[in-house]
Amino acid sequence: MSGLTKTASKKATSKSTMQAYLTGFFLSLMLTLVAYFSVVNQILGGRALLVAVIGLALAQLLVQLVFFLHLGRESKPRHKLMVFAFMLLVIGIVVGGSLWIMDNLNYNMMPHEMDEHMLQEYDQGGI
Amino acid sequence: MGNLVGQTADQTTGQAAATTPLSSSSSKTIFGFWVYLMTDCVLFASLFATYAVLHGNTFGGPSGKDIFDMPFVLTETLMLLTSSFTAGLAVLAAQVQDKKTVIFCLAVTFLLGASFLGMELYEFHALVAEGNSWRTSGFLSAFFTLVGTHGMHIAAGLIWIGVLVGQILKKGLTKPVTRRLTLFSMFWHFLDIIWIFIFTIVYLMGVM
Amino acid sequence: MFASILAHIDPLNPFHHGFIIGFGQITMVGALLAIVAALTLFKKWKWLWRNWLTTLDPKKIGIMYLIVAAVMLLRGLADAGMMRLQQALSAGDPSFLTSDHFQQVFTAHGTIMIFFAAMGAIFALFNLLIPLQIGARDVAFPFLNAASFWLFAAGAGLINLSLLVGGEFAATGWLAYPPLSGIAYSPGVGVDYWIWSLQIAGAGSLLSGINFLVTIFKMRAPGMTFMKMPLFVWSSLGSLALIVFAFPILTATLGMLALDRSMGMHFFTSDFGGNPMMYINLIWAWGHPEVYILILPAFGIFSEVVATFSGKRLFGYKSMVWAIVAITVLSFLVWLHHFFTMGAGANVNAFFGIMTMIIAVPTGVKVFNWLFTMYRGRIRFTTPMLWFLGFVLTFTIGGVAGVLMSVPAIDFQVHNSLFLVAHFHTMIVGGVVFGAFAGFTYWFPKFTGWKLNETLGKWAFWCWLLGFLGAFVPLYILGLMGATRRLDHYDPSLGWQGLFIVAGLGLALIFAGVGFQILQLIVSYFQRKTNRATGDIWDGRTLEWSTSSPPAEYNFAHMPNASERDAFWEVKQGNIPATTETAYKPIRVPKNTPLAMFVAGAACTIGFAVIWKLWWLAILGLLGLITLLIIRFSDDDTERTISAAEVKKIEQARQQKQEEEHSWATS
Repeated sequence: MSGLTKTASKKATSKSTMQAYLTGFFLSLMLTLVAYFSVVNQILGGRALLVAVIGLALAQLLVQLVFFLHLGRESKPRHKLMVFAFMLLVIGIVVGGSLWIMDNLNYNMMPHEMDEHMLQEYDQGGI
Repeated sequence: MGNLVGQTADQTTGQAAATTPLSSSSSKTIFGFWVYLMTDCVLFASLFATYAVLHGNTFGGPSGKDIFDMPFVLTETLMLLTSSFTAGLAVLAAQVQDKKTVIFCLAVTFLLGASFLGMELYEFHALVAEGNSWRTSGFLSAFFTLVGTHGMHIAAGLIWIGVLVGQILKKGLTKPVTRRLTLFSMFWHFLDIIWIFIFTIVYLMGVM
Repeated sequence: MFASILAHIDPLNPFHHGFIIGFGQITMVGALLAIVAALTLFKKWKWLWRNWLTTLDPKKIGIMYLIVAAVMLLRGLADAGMMRLQQALSAGDPSFLTSDHFQQVFTAHGTIMIFFAAMGAIFALFNLLIPLQIGARDVAFPFLNAASFWLFAAGAGLINLSLLVGGEFAATGWLAYPPLSGIAYSPGVGVDYWIWSLQIAGAGSLLSGINFLVTIFKMRAPGMTFMKMPLFVWSSLGSLALIVFAFPILTATLGMLALDRSMGMHFFTSDFGGNPMMYINLIWAWGHPEVYILILPAFGIFSEVVATFSGKRLFGYKSMVWAIVAITVLSFLVWLHHFFTMGAGANVNAFFGIMTMIIAVPTGVKVFNWLFTMYRGRIRFTTPMLWFLGFVLTFTIGGVAGVLMSVPAIDFQVHNSLFLVAHFHTMIVGGVVFGAFAGFTYWFPKFTGWKLNETLGKWAFWCWLLGFLGAFVPLYILGLMGATRRLDHYDPSLGWQGLFIVAGLGLALIFAGVGFQILQLIVSYFQRKTNRATGDIWDGRTLEWSTSSPPAEYNFAHMPNASERDAFWEVKQGNIPATTETAYKPIRVPKNTPLAMFVAGAACTIGFAVIWKLWWLAILGLLGLITLLIIRFSDDDTERTISAAEVKKIEQARQQKQEEEHSWATS
């Protein structure tokens, strides 16, 4: 390939990735603003708002992974994708598991109002 | 490292189509850096989990609602997002050997990143000045650490931009330099992704 | 400020912390001075610098890991000796160790054994074997590899420094639970030394994990698909996946503890909204994968050893691979079994109890596959094979004890008793240590070029096996009798002393075993001219045996043909050619550099500075670290070329040596 056509073809591929970056940027911007104004103006209520906001965050994650980090675009073997998937599995287990465990531990082991009341009674010579 | 000089990838894939050919230095390094970013995700996940567990432990002190300035945070977020975009533009410019545009885009990325960091430091300073430091409660410890760790990564990225620009000026857009630019862009995009979650989980959910 | 530090440098003020610590300090300083003197006397500084301190060759780095691991093993064994002696003597009042000192001893024992002896052995084996077994010439990132070793060494250095500067270590147990490890209850520097030596060594481990993972993914020889890799490589891959994804949890958790201690934060304090239970949760989310990080490579070693010394292909390759994958994933799903008793409740305990039972299954599959490999094989009872057989006995005992404890109701009875202590020592000593010794005796001749004395090796094995049983079977019994761990004295009326004495005698037998191992090294070294090792000492099956002993710097002159499992065996049977290359080509290898060592030095400086709150020094160290990294990552000229003619010369010399050995053998 001559130098000129090489640069031209490079420019051609650059154009398509420029498109990717522009799309990614624009989508991320929208997703950020929608999430922000939904919360600040309380467009939805409680549970629904939480789901929406998390959903928007996950959508933006996907957008940036695909358009900025080009995940899934590598030629086989897809090692980056494999390692990424395993990472998601691990943090899913560790974060999810930790929240479940800590929630249970806190409920069973941290002092409640009832405990304070019973401690007071005990101090006063009650049961 | 230890690769055969003068042997092309074709010669080896010819013998062994089903296996990994002797990889070029670039794909090894990019994959290795990707794996490092995955480990950084786990690090942040641990900090996020801790934040989730401690976010209600305000010990009588302020909660997120009381201390977060949302328009301020939105500005930070948009600046960081834009800087992620300009970092991508730098990589594109490097693909066509456009040195001037690369440096320009990196400079813009740097300015946006530095402004982000400056705003964050301002936020931290204000909180400490009004008595809401990391010593006040479990919640604030978790907040300062999670957001602060992200900030430290940003600071490292800014130093990296400085070194990169220096290398581009001195050596031009050689293969190693372009590779380092690619790695930097991966790092910078990753930091913006982490920020999406900080923005959502700490700030948005904090004021809901 | 300097005055206060000088007051803490105990060699200038020996016996400030008591006779025993003083003795330890003097021994340490004495050993260091002796080494410096020897290097100077024999004029070996240049040799040391050129061949070892600045090398990026993983084979040399592996040997350095082994040396550090061995030294730390001895230190950990010394701690064990003190503990056994204390418990054997202390029916009644505490005997020769004060409570506080005893607590530092068991903390140091656990920390050193896991982080420096065991991890050191594992990383040694990765360095020595992974490139050779996959038919590669080097690791993916040679500089990072060297830096990882030096960070490991820096961590080891820091933990040893705690004895000399400060004379104090953590007294919290090897995992340093808060609130005890928080600043309120451990105000001294001990816990800080613990934190920072582990952060630094942990960073080294993480970087090494990334390095070898990429090496295995991207640098296998042509033809070697994943399902054709040797089992040691598969086992290591599982271990590496665990390292890469578990160590960041440790980094985050230690970091948060450090922030609590140094910046008054409240992650794990018992007031101001802290939650100490979160530390225990996170530290074990790392801690459980850690023990599988240690055992998986040991399993890999056994797969190699059993196949070679049964003269047979390993039974059930596919199921072995699936067992490794299953163990790797399941490792992340069992961590709560370390704190069943903390109070998460029945549902949570039941889930993790069941997962713990399940993880025993793939391990059982592996043990059976090894036994099936032996069945109808031509078995040679060499020292490595003996270590394997010892492992089968001990690991099975420890394993069933583990399955017993996976039932939460039972665990409530034996948690933190000596039953638990006996269980995990059986797993780690019977599994990891015996595996490391099997690997060491198996691959030693490959990397040195001379064989180890078999007789002494066998004596060492029997002493270790019988000593281990003597030391730990009493502990199983004591645990069931109600003895808790970490006791520095106990009531004589309990009738425990006899068993503690037996345990002490068992340890003494283990020390005899260590003595035999040291003797073996010395004797074999002096006999090395007559005990020369060929390339293929044991009639092996995998690619490392196709190289010379020791291998050339570049490992393989021609890219090996790895298109079949047990590639070298297939070559020897004449089923596949050794290589498809004909001519010698120039080979690029990394240049030596001291920067890796300096990077670790900077990290060590930062750690030391933060421990003693010398903030100016910490900043200097950080600036130094950044500068060193910038220098390295701006350097585009990091390799040198070995010309084709040089390669030819080396290979011809090797072939000549092989022919000579052949003629001795046949004459």
